[in-house]
Amino acid sequence: MEYVIEMLNITKEFPGIIANDDITLQVRKGEIHALLGENGAGKSTLMSVLFGLYIPEKGTIKVRGKEVKIHNPNDANELGIGMVHQHFKLVHNFTVLENIVLGVETVQGGILRMEDARAKIVNLSKQYNLRIEPDSIIEDISVGMQQRVEILKMLYRENDILIFDEPTAVLTPQEIDELMKIMKRLIEEGKSIIFITHKLNEIKAVADRVSVLRKGKYIGTVDVANTSKEEMSEMMVGRKVIFEITKGEAKIGENVLTVRNLSINSKVHGKSAVNNVSFDLRKGEIMCVAGIEGNGQTELIYALTGLLPVDGGDIYYKGEDITNKSIRYRNSHGISHIPEDRHKHGLVLDYTLSENLVLQTYFMDDFQSKGFIKFKSRLKNAKAMIEQYDIRSGEGPITLARSMSGGNQQKAIVAREVEKNPDLIIAVQPTRGLDVGAIEYIHTQLIKQRDMGRAILLISLELSEVLGISDRVIVMYEGEIVGEVNPKEVTQQELGLYMSGSKRGAGYERKEIAK
Amino acid sequence: MNVKKLLNNRSFKSVSASIIAILFGLLIGYIILLISNPAQATRGFIIILNGGFNGGLRGVGNTLHNAMPIILTGLSVGFAFKTGLFNIGASGQFILGAFAAIYIGVKWTFIPVGYLWIVALIGAMIAGGIWGAIVGVLKAFRNVNEVITSIMLNYVGMYLVNFLVVSTVFDLTRNQSLSPLNAYLPRGGLDVLFPLSSANIGIIIAIVIAVIMYIILEKTTFGFELKAVGYNREASRYAGINEKKSIIFSMMIAGALAGLGGGLLYLSDIGKHIEVVDILAAEGFNGIPVALLGLSNPIGIIFSGLFVGHMNMGGFYIQRLRFVPEVINMMISIIIYFSALSLAFKSFIENLSKKLGGRTK
Repeated sequence: MEYVIEMLNITKEFPGIIANDDITLQVRKGEIHALLGENGAGKSTLMSVLFGLYIPEKGTIKVRGKEVKIHNPNDANELGIGMVHQHFKLVHNFTVLENIVLGVETVQGGILRMEDARAKIVNLSKQYNLRIEPDSIIEDISVGMQQRVEILKMLYRENDILIFDEPTAVLTPQEIDELMKIMKRLIEEGKSIIFITHKLNEIKAVADRVSVLRKGKYIGTVDVANTSKEEMSEMMVGRKVIFEITKGEAKIGENVLTVRNLSINSKVHGKSAVNNVSFDLRKGEIMCVAGIEGNGQTELIYALTGLLPVDGGDIYYKGEDITNKSIRYRNSHGISHIPEDRHKHGLVLDYTLSENLVLQTYFMDDFQSKGFIKFKSRLKNAKAMIEQYDIRSGEGPITLARSMSGGNQQKAIVAREVEKNPDLIIAVQPTRGLDVGAIEYIHTQLIKQRDMGRAILLISLELSEVLGISDRVIVMYEGEIVGEVNPKEVTQQELGLYMSGSKRGAGYERKEIAK
Repeated sequence: MNVKKLLNNRSFKSVSASIIAILFGLLIGYIILLISNPAQATRGFIIILNGGFNGGLRGVGNTLHNAMPIILTGLSVGFAFKTGLFNIGASGQFILGAFAAIYIGVKWTFIPVGYLWIVALIGAMIAGGIWGAIVGVLKAFRNVNEVITSIMLNYVGMYLVNFLVVSTVFDLTRNQSLSPLNAYLPRGGLDVLFPLSSANIGIIIAIVIAVIMYIILEKTTFGFELKAVGYNREASRYAGINEKKSIIFSMMIAGALAGLGGGLLYLSDIGKHIEVVDILAAEGFNGIPVALLGLSNPIGIIFSGLFVGHMNMGGFYIQRLRFVPEVINMMISIIIYFSALSLAFKSFIENLSKKLGGRTK
């Protein structure tokens, strides 16, 4: 069997941890080889080694059967290895054409000669059916299109070993389908692909074989066709994982949150980021706001939690108008907020776990007396919460939040927000970047909170999450609500149409003529 | 004591980094002495190490007096730093405090003599506090970088004080401020302990203030808020802390500390006056190395302030060997450069403790 890439017995250590411990990855020519593992399993490190960003302590790399030393990305590039990073490396105010030739410009006497490059790009775009407009400016085109520019960049450099680092994280379902087709087309043209992901559906859809890493160790390589999703996830996590979220019927109570005609003007482009949004949220239900990133969900949440002033409309919480109440008023009156960005909003990373667990309650009588901190009760509180919510950390309550893993940081936030005994929980992408085990934990918690009669507003980009745990789904597109769907009836494809603005539900038609 | 446990202790790691920086600084300082005058270098070095002790008890008292203002400006810089702000404006806050103290000491003769110095010191804190708060307000509401505003306010403060001195408490014959004869600080018994030295109650006030700052930062909810805003302004806002108020308070307190330093120094009975010249007060800038060396910890700043005061006295005494006292400034600068590298030292110590840890397993 001919291998294009062989990474044999790779060991890469960082101070304190072995990121890759004797890992072997063999990629056959012309296959899509998935690399599966939880966060921190060592996938990125392994790819960085292949891409020349890290030099491994032990092990050999063979490309097309020949042993090579890769010291930097240029070496990798010369060997025909290209990578689409999770966060695209594009110059936003350059055209597609300029971005693709950047670094390998064709020049004649010091003057740019774009004609040849343009012809080559148009040809490649046709050959692989990428439908690229070479003169569009990057910031004007969709995320899916930007990703195709990244792919074209690799093709232009005549790379034939292509690494895709979690490429579907930013795409709509339609765009994901498109990407899968492109990947298959690339294989037909003789390219080989390493596909990094932790989404099992996608592996099932396109990959030929999958190598699994867990905690820096190599678990094994299997054929995708003969392996079930359950088996793969067990290899990845090391135990059985429940995929189907079991939840009972929602016992819906009275209104908790009522939003009427809410509008917020965007700070960036002056248009309205949230436009005339109204909805109700009741006790005992999980309502999800679905949508592609940047369609006003962030601003909506900021308005509900008080981080951003509103420009129009009202917010009622348990019948009380809280539109202009302070952040502290809201978070001390039963509104919990699991923020989108746990490092920016959720935690003070240089504070210890015990300090972070009282971030909103430190001023209450339980934790202070006459302005002096009650260290003992703070510690006791931390210990109890660590125990109850299974927050794992190196040094317990005195661990710096910065040194905890992402999953445990999120657990700490969830613990803090749930422990406040809230009536309303606003959870924004609560499982982003977490591994399967932690996702399962967060989902279980949210459903438990729902069953305790709390109202939960969930913002998520992850369609399986949207459909899996919510009782009701409203879709936001360009700051407006474009439809409400029942998660039991709607398909991912249909939801994708709403999210991309191609479809609007009854009662949510455009209101341009009215008013 | 278990060596491994000691090496793993967070505060031990930080303190040892400072000490290593000091040792390197002294070493290079010695090399500088060797270059400038090889024959006297070793003697000079010993004099520097002895610092104030060269002058016996009087010298020690002068060390304390020397440390007093820089402990307070150090606290000013360190307190701001702990709350996420870089206060380079201690110099301006210091001189405004000094002016307020002198003005009250000279003019407010309606206050009984025994109390005048207290009122003058309070005035110094208020003046410095206002000067700091201006920076805080600009930062909180307009997001103006505090480094720029505080630097600019140093000059504004200096010229403003020059103007105010000339127009209110001016001694025309000497081109300097009048003496606050009725507001000199009491000696507080230090004249008995350290005869003939300049030491007065100021050093005691400085140490007490440092302890209070430590308590505020580490033990109170107020300090918890200020530090949270310093570490992560957005997360503090999310948690419901009024982050604008916190920033203003931080700068106001920092300014008041520097102002108090100015008040204490200029109310000392040693013939110190505000001279009407275009020079920024050096004590304000010396607060920066003191804060860095003390790792911005108020208790650490007491010791680093005493250390720098001690070194300055050493610089005074090596003039006997015809060295210039500026050698001391060079040594302190080198120590600061090395403490800036303290992160590197820290990781070195961490590696060391890891190796020891591995061996004991």
